[in-house]
Amino acid sequence: MAIPLSYNLRNLVVRKTTTIMTALGIALTVAVLLSILALVDGLRTAFTASGNPLHVLVMRKGSDSELTSNFTRTGYQDLKFKAGIARNKAGEPMASLEIVTVINLPSISNPDGSNVTLRGLSPIGIEMREGIRISTGRWFETGKREVVVGRSIAARFPASALGRKLRFGRGEWEVVGIMDAGKSANNSEIFADLNQVSSDFQRTEVLSAALVRAADAVTAAALVNDINSDQRLNMGARSEVEYYDSQTSSALPVQFLGMFISAIMAIGSSFAAMNTMYAAVARRAREIGTLRVLGFSRGSILFSFFVESVVLALFGGVLGCLLVLPLSGVTTGMSNFVTFSEIAFDFSIGLPIMATGVAFAVILGALGGFFPARMASKKEILVALREV
Amino acid sequence: MEETVIQARALTKEFVRDEFHIVALQDVDIDIHKGEFVALMGPSGSGKSTLLHLIAAMDYATGGEIRVLGEDLRALSDREIARWRNRNVGFIFQQFNLIPVLTALENVELPLKLTNLNERERFAHATTALKLVGLGDRLGHFPRQLSGGQEQRVAIARAIVTDPALILADEPTGNLDAASAQEVLSILSRLNKEYGKTIVMVTHDAHAARSATKIRHLEKGALLPEGQLPAD
Repeated sequence: MAIPLSYNLRNLVVRKTTTIMTALGIALTVAVLLSILALVDGLRTAFTASGNPLHVLVMRKGSDSELTSNFTRTGYQDLKFKAGIARNKAGEPMASLEIVTVINLPSISNPDGSNVTLRGLSPIGIEMREGIRISTGRWFETGKREVVVGRSIAARFPASALGRKLRFGRGEWEVVGIMDAGKSANNSEIFADLNQVSSDFQRTEVLSAALVRAADAVTAAALVNDINSDQRLNMGARSEVEYYDSQTSSALPVQFLGMFISAIMAIGSSFAAMNTMYAAVARRAREIGTLRVLGFSRGSILFSFFVESVVLALFGGVLGCLLVLPLSGVTTGMSNFVTFSEIAFDFSIGLPIMATGVAFAVILGALGGFFPARMASKKEILVALREV
Repeated sequence: MEETVIQARALTKEFVRDEFHIVALQDVDIDIHKGEFVALMGPSGSGKSTLLHLIAAMDYATGGEIRVLGEDLRALSDREIARWRNRNVGFIFQQFNLIPVLTALENVELPLKLTNLNERERFAHATTALKLVGLGDRLGHFPRQLSGGQEQRVAIARAIVTDPALILADEPTGNLDAASAQEVLSILSRLNKEYGKTIVMVTHDAHAARSATKIRHLEKGALLPEGQLPAD
């Protein structure tokens, strides 16, 4: 049987100042890591929630985003009658020609203005996005300079409050509604009438992309193949899910930076834990010698001090989770390098992320604790007993 | 025929410290029999503690042979020695060496963690040992809440809780006042007389040595013949 855990726990309590300081160091490292993971996860959630597996996005061949794509009205006419496209109750093909551009609005965090995605679409486009509902106000009317802003836009851009007027294109646009798109990226967009937007931006013939809905998942894949191989249409198609998935790469620079900082901090925390444990081993040398005399093996000593370090780190890990927990659900925004506009999303701190943080802390504790524990186990009995 | 518990032949311990060659113990022959209470006396540096450490396998001889309870300790692995020590030897230190974060009961229970006893049995054994040394009412006390004499009594309880055949004590009264020292010596005498424990005690104190049934003197690493005192 091993040395009782109470021996380690009480020692941690006895030197509580050192324990708390070391645990805090680990907690901060874990908090930084979790913040980054929560940010990336929130962004991923926003993009994942945006894609409908039945939707196929059709853009100019070679385009990576709707912003850089163009799509003619003629092309749209050829596209919307393709086999496999679902029809709505009225029997119309579920195909939405859309124009996507960016406008500049002053935000709370950036008074000089941030890019925001403006999407011009027709009523069929709204119908295809069942997940979006109006939370306040109403939908825009066709032929009018009216916009509906996403929930995140309304929260982060004071100029886009309900009833306010936004100036872009050729005039002022009234905010007539605020839409709730759940967790999807549409919350960071402004919706307006297709023809009004295309007219204001002088792109009446050449728009951005088309969104079509396939009858089922199998048909969706066939539709993608069909469009991609259609020489006459000469457009590229991909599933909407795949399109948004690829935009998660926007988080890569932040993710890399965060991981880099976490790694540097982790090394520091690991050394702090190591230092604490070396001090503990030095202070308790006589106890180590006594335990050996009582019959505890070198392995028991190693395991005991190793566990103590892991428990200390575990405490730090839990503390780190608690530190970062208030961030959960907080909305933030970052530039989407694919659409060149801001996307708002919520920090997402779920159980898997917290488990990752705790596991990370345990690894730090294990790394920091192994060598001091090994040193403790290697001590000769008489040498240990003579140390003060 | 008397059963030999400790048998040493030409036992030697040498080491080098700061380029000086030191002979801590030289050609020691000794037989200690079951039920004996032997006091090892001698001035500082005479080798008495070294002999005690060799008996407990806390150190290794550089020459000669030693068998304790019939076991040639050099033949055992590190792990086997730890197990052997736990089963057969109770050690009492001058500085008590209790674990400060554990209560008296938990300190005494520690060696039992290495046995097959369950929690209830461990508690019963530890309680009995503490009652035996007169500390049945101090089970939940931490070492800092005890006097020096009480601490040493807890250490004795810890040494006897596994019912070892051999008890080794290194200056057990060295840190105690006269009254506490007498209590500890009485307990050791009782363990020897009533429970038949073989005890080897290292001491400077002639009064403490009188509690033993046999006194052996060491001088400059050599064990003097029985009855012979050091020249000084």
